[in-house]
Amino acid sequence: MAESLKKVAIVVSKGSLEGIYPALIMANGARMEGMEANLFFTFFGLDAIRKDRIDKIKVATVGNPGMHIPTWIGSIPGISWMATKMMSRQMEKIDIPPVREFVEMIADSGGKLYACQATVDMFGLSMDDFVPQVEKVLTVGEFYELAAGGEIIFT
Amino acid sequence: MTTVTLAGSPVEVDGEGFLAKPEQWTKQMGEEIARSSGIDQLTDRHWQVIEFMRKTYLDTGSAPSMRALGKTSGVSIKELYELFPKGPAKLAAKIGGIPKPRGCV
Repeated sequence: MAESLKKVAIVVSKGSLEGIYPALIMANGARMEGMEANLFFTFFGLDAIRKDRIDKIKVATVGNPGMHIPTWIGSIPGISWMATKMMSRQMEKIDIPPVREFVEMIADSGGKLYACQATVDMFGLSMDDFVPQVEKVLTVGEFYELAAGGEIIFT
Repeated sequence: MTTVTLAGSPVEVDGEGFLAKPEQWTKQMGEEIARSSGIDQLTDRHWQVIEFMRKTYLDTGSAPSMRALGKTSGVSIKELYELFPKGPAKLAAKIGGIPKPRGCV
């Protein structure tokens, strides 16, 4: 049999729905294959683990050519909310949970979640701002130590 | 597809050892697959998951997602991974004699 991957570390740097979901799906999928999975949230990716923002993750309707709508339409108030609503409904159909539930699921499955020290300092945050599934705040060096021996994926 | 002998009977399996024909499966085969997958003793909790996977597959034509497994099998996600550390959905499917789950979640 071909060589198999044993471990992944996924860096989440974007706070949009389409920035966060692929990372969560890949982390959960790694655990489903019995692989070790570590998630490192940095910059706006931290929104995915912030108590006050985890339920407010939205699709980017501006500056997103994949939406195939003119930028000025994307900027109309409520459009992002609507697009998010529609996409969430589609995801629910194929059993992809909301971000909060997905984060819990990954943590329960043994996947580890970490916040980036530099971003935490920059935004003036602390562990209290994060959902309880977050393991700890890591420096870049600590992250590399943790990721050693596996693949690193940046989203 | 290759043919291997499980619990004394020849069965067809794919490259990863998943049974090609669920109807060829027996509990004894399940126990044998479990042992070769690193689970020496299948407990009632293991069987609860395996039977749920198998029933869902036979009823609907596809294996349940990880989320569905955690919500409706009666075994939590945490316990699922304790029972099947190398991947609950994948291993329970293999032991239960159904094809490898195709879902991404």
